[in-house]
Amino acid sequence: MRSRLPVVLVLPAVIGLAFLLVPLAGLLVEAPWATLPAQLFSAEVGQALRLSLLCASLATIVCLVLGVPLAWLLARSDLPGRGLLRALVTVPLVLPPVVGGVALLLVLGRRGLVGQYLDQWFGVSLPFTTAGVVLAEAFVAMPFLVISVEGAFRAADPRYEEAAATLGASRWLTFRRVTLPSVMPGVVAGTVLCWARALGEFGATITFAGNFPGKTTTMPLAVYLALETDPDAAIVLSIVLLLVSVAVLAGLRDRWIRA
Amino acid sequence: MVKRIVAVAALLLAGCGSTTASPTTGVNGEITVFAAASLTESFTELGKEFEAAHPGTKVTFNFAGSSALAQQINKGAPADVFASAAPANMKQVTDTGAITATPATFAKNTLQIAVPEGNPGKVTGLADFAKADLKIALCAEQVPCGAAAKKVFEAAKITAAPDTLEQDVKAVLTKVSLGEVDAALVYRTDVKANDKVEGVDFAEADKAVNDYPIALIAKAPNAAAAQAFVDYVLSGEGRKVLTEAGFAAP
Repeated sequence: MRSRLPVVLVLPAVIGLAFLLVPLAGLLVEAPWATLPAQLFSAEVGQALRLSLLCASLATIVCLVLGVPLAWLLARSDLPGRGLLRALVTVPLVLPPVVGGVALLLVLGRRGLVGQYLDQWFGVSLPFTTAGVVLAEAFVAMPFLVISVEGAFRAADPRYEEAAATLGASRWLTFRRVTLPSVMPGVVAGTVLCWARALGEFGATITFAGNFPGKTTTMPLAVYLALETDPDAAIVLSIVLLLVSVAVLAGLRDRWIRA
Repeated sequence: MVKRIVAVAALLLAGCGSTTASPTTGVNGEITVFAAASLTESFTELGKEFEAAHPGTKVTFNFAGSSALAQQINKGAPADVFASAAPANMKQVTDTGAITATPATFAKNTLQIAVPEGNPGKVTGLADFAKADLKIALCAEQVPCGAAAKKVFEAAKITAAPDTLEQDVKAVLTKVSLGEVDAALVYRTDVKANDKVEGVDFAEADKAVNDYPIALIAKAPNAAAAQAFVDYVLSGEGRKVLTEAGFAAP
């Protein structure tokens, strides 16, 4: 009897699954499969795909380096106004990405609050560069990482850290050897979400970094522009992006589970 | 007594209502107009004037890129009228039979150089677009303004050095008005509608004149009112609004 699944859960679960998968199936059914290999091995698609993978991975690294400590701060410190900070961190989640891109331009653009000094003092201009793509993707994707890692920090039992401290471990050693391993599943989940979001990023990227082949044209931008003239090509490009991301995520997942 | 007065007044009012609704032509009800993004300001104005001229009508607009609109119409979107920014996008719809009427050209648009206020890059003509040290934005070739830009550069024998190829003309304008680029090619009407950018004329602009076609959609839910709207756009009143927005006469 215990193995019987309650209908109240199974029915919405199945509907939910269908809701997520049916549009995907539509894409697969409509795809002009004959042109797939030609598209897959075309120089332009290869370039956009490489750029997408590179930028999403770099953005994920940026998010890990900055996001994990931020999550720790939000979960463990007794900072005043922590609740407000926690809410503010999620702003990029609710902000339409195009608005996020405009906000980045207003701050880091050539005439932006900070950007004008970067330009005058160091000759650095971020819009229309690959670094700009990484930045735009990191801005949009970081909250995904922070939220899941923060949840893990809060769920982790602080008594292990206290035990380590009483045994004479420094705070940094405790963090590295005790806290971090205990929140690893949260970090992994957050990293996956963050990378996936960065890979599919469109609005902030095209607004902040623009669109130029080989420099800032990532796959989602290529898909959008292909849609203008050749919807079939756009479908094929989407499937390429889909297959690559599923392959990467599935591959990493196996490795993590084994480890 | 009071009740009777109210009843009579109500009757009179009802009578008035039925006479002000358009008399015999059947031009009333709602119509949905799919129009190119560059028509946003002028068509919104035209819609208001049309509603005033034909009481009982209501015009709803869907403004977007012409190619996106063409795809929506081909997929069966319930539209009455399609006004495209390029004949190519109109052809996408006539090819599938979603539009069977012959499209009429109602306006022409040409390109103009857009620069940020004060023209910081000191841009004077099309030749400046080849300078590597200037930040340049153009539309991607897949969208009409990008195709037009390609034509003028070919005519002027200039190899442009763009830093970004944007997905539509409004995105290009954003980059100019924020001062992120020194120059861009957009439509003359866009420069006119945006007070944060300045326009610079160039000689080769007439090498890429963009025709705007309009047509009634074959399965228009409200064909009578839709035809009246098309006629209004092509009329003298319509012409006036379009000219004010910077469009040239067809």
